Amino acid sequence: MELFWEVATQLMEPFVFLLILGGVTAGLFVGAMPGLTASMALAVLLPFTFKLPPLHGLVALGAVYMGAIYGGSFAAILVNTPGTPSSIATAFEGYPMAKDGRALEAIGLATVSSAIGGLAGVFFLLVLSPPLARLSLQFGSAEYFWVAMLGLTLIASLSPGSTLKGFLGGSIGMILAAVGVAPIGGENRFTFGMPVLQGGVEMIVALIGFFVIPELFNMAAHGRAALAEVTLESRKRGTFLGAIRTVFSMPGNLVRSCIIGEIVAIIPGAGGSIANLVAYNEAKRASKHPERFGKGAVEGLVASESSNNVTVAGSMVPLLTLGIPGAPPDAVILGVMLMHGLRPGLDLFTVSGSLTYGFIISMGLAALYMIPVGLLGGRLIYRVIVKTPHYLLVPSIALVTILGTYALRNSLSDVVIMLLLGTSGFLLKELGVDSAPIVLGLILGSIAEMGFVQTLLRGTALEHPWMMLFQNRLSQIIIVLMVLSFASPYLSSGVRRLKKPLDKPPEEASE
Amino acid sequence: MKRAVLLALSTLLIVTAGIAFAEYPDRPITYIISFNPGGESDITARLQEPFLEEILGVAVNVNHKPGGGGAVAWSEFQRTAKPDGYTVIGTNIPHIIGQPMLRKDSGYETDGFDLIMWFHFTPNALIVRADSPFKTLKDFIEYAKAHPKVVTVGGSGTYSANHLETLRLEREAGIKLTYIPHTGTGPLAPAILGGHLTSLMNYSMLPAQLGDKVRVLAVASEERVEALPDAPTFKEQGYDIVGGAFRGVAAPKGTPKEIIAKLADAFTKTNKKIAEKQLPLGFVMTYATGDDAKALVDKMRRNYSDVIVDIIKEREKK
Repeated sequence: MELFWEVATQLMEPFVFLLILGGVTAGLFVGAMPGLTASMALAVLLPFTFKLPPLHGLVALGAVYMGAIYGGSFAAILVNTPGTPSSIATAFEGYPMAKDGRALEAIGLATVSSAIGGLAGVFFLLVLSPPLARLSLQFGSAEYFWVAMLGLTLIASLSPGSTLKGFLGGSIGMILAAVGVAPIGGENRFTFGMPVLQGGVEMIVALIGFFVIPELFNMAAHGRAALAEVTLESRKRGTFLGAIRTVFSMPGNLVRSCIIGEIVAIIPGAGGSIANLVAYNEAKRASKHPERFGKGAVEGLVASESSNNVTVAGSMVPLLTLGIPGAPPDAVILGVMLMHGLRPGLDLFTVSGSLTYGFIISMGLAALYMIPVGLLGGRLIYRVIVKTPHYLLVPSIALVTILGTYALRNSLSDVVIMLLLGTSGFLLKELGVDSAPIVLGLILGSIAEMGFVQTLLRGTALEHPWMMLFQNRLSQIIIVLMVLSFASPYLSSGVRRLKKPLDKPPEEASE
Repeated sequence: MKRAVLLALSTLLIVTAGIAFAEYPDRPITYIISFNPGGESDITARLQEPFLEEILGVAVNVNHKPGGGGAVAWSEFQRTAKPDGYTVIGTNIPHIIGQPMLRKDSGYETDGFDLIMWFHFTPNALIVRADSPFKTLKDFIEYAKAHPKVVTVGGSGTYSANHLETLRLEREAGIKLTYIPHTGTGPLAPAILGGHLTSLMNYSMLPAQLGDKVRVLAVASEERVEALPDAPTFKEQGYDIVGGAFRGVAAPKGTPKEIIAKLADAFTKTNKKIAEKQLPLGFVMTYATGDDAKALVDKMRRNYSDVIVDIIKEREKK
């Protein structure tokens, strides 16, 4: 109880209130810019936090992190380009909604879902840390490999046109992931004599290229503003109460997405970028109307946005208990904690309990503050984007994109790579190969490679090293999930065909 | 209009002339870090930044250019950075020794920098989980002798400090281990705590951070590390193995001697100030400047040359 009051008084300070509010707002705008990511925002903030007392520094970092993951949804909804990799699936539903004049509704839903996701992550972190931390340790190299394989099965449902073209895209992504220094073996691959390619194709660079550039080409080619005027109905549904009503009308989806977000979050190295896609995929599979997905299905949007914000506090389970960063931005937070002499582990929750709990609860507050900041900021950003004529909007987005890409690693070659990938992404899209499977292949390619080779190495002494891939119980469980996930689109369509023999042939994807 | 142009030109002339004669430094210094934010190199640079600014009297801007285990930034630095003292870069041993020898197209040379200083050392440490049956280095080596390749050793990177040290341990002790590279230090903690690996060869910071969840069998330093008083060195146990990662800072080749000296002085003073923050984390502070800095590279190059030559031979066989 004493601890409770201590934590409460700390968080009541007006300065802390301002830190959280400012952090969320700053994070939101950073996240909304394609190319500026949560990790980058935290890195920029880092030197300032050394000047603050530990709690204030951590509170600011947590708020920016929370805001940035949420802010990514704005760009996804309004411009069809995920602002951060955590909002890839948000664009699938959010943008079609915005095109139908439902932009404000989409923003409202994203806001409420993100806030709920953020709170759920804080809940998991407060209540279930010890068992979740034990679970996270079960993931070894074999499990990583199978998780990546499980992720690749998402391709089947992410490519509405043709599964085959989806897998073609996935393969392109995996080949791109192989560029640079081999994670195991250390040789240079596909560098073509250019030292700069040792750095490989950075995931964010590819993400920007494949999502933003084709969209800009489209906007320029069609000579239209990106969005339709918002309808009155959308305005009504986009209010706080309207959005709450919609989000809570799907409790199953919400609970499922939050649990998926948490499980992905505790797997070290995987964060919001994978959580949002998995949650989206599961929402689609569970939906009674999977055919509405890709055309503005609110379930998909809610699943994506709630799951990615769970990972903010959720990924701190392994961080605070074991010192293992669950997602890339957590590495920055770990650095700050160590520099302040805070060693992850039991001491953090007992000896420096008031600080740790203060930090955790502040992330919950940040999630709540997102609602007013997001609803107001969202309207502002929406108005700017709708009111700007396309001949100004396209070059401005292009400029931000190029600056963002450069800032990522201070590298001009990344800009060149981004533009090349973007142009080929546009052409591939014209051929029916969608961007999402390519980016998914890129994200998962290196995880799969590492997991596979490490597992074979671990099995060096066995007669058949590959047996190592199947030995653990957790590996076996993931393999079963993978088979189910891969087979389910075919199974369910088979079942439907049996039920309704005269079903219409599947329509071509509209985009 | 003409007058405006003239005025602008003359101002420009005066300013450039001023720059040429003013005492170094009179404008911001860019400090490039070739690794991701949040890593040891970055955190160290962030700690140094305020003290450097105070001592030098100008802003010091920390920039990141990660990729290729540091090689992307180092190759661009040697190609393009001007030797005027306004661009410096973080450097690491053994990275700058191993990469140019072992990689095609690494794009830079070990001796292509003007070294300013090596400011700290993080020795390698052989680590097992607290409940491991290996209580001492002797247990570990005896078991590995009887069971070649069964013992797995996780580490950060291929041909990294961790990897090369594992190869040296194999040579010194006459054993065969299975080294498993990971990307960075982050994934190593779950791999050892979850029981997926028998042991780790990683830097002294990791056991300092994990505390009593792990046991250190040996540290590859001359003397025991302050943050790990109970961990014996390899030397104490009869193996001449000293190595790990040195971090430092360098200027482009051809930078004037006075500027290097001034920077070395600033980094030395800074290092003394940040020592109290870094020592408990498992760092060993070093103060190698000038000829000492170069001598350290040569010494470490000799130390590792045997294993590197072995690697190259093995590759050619394939």
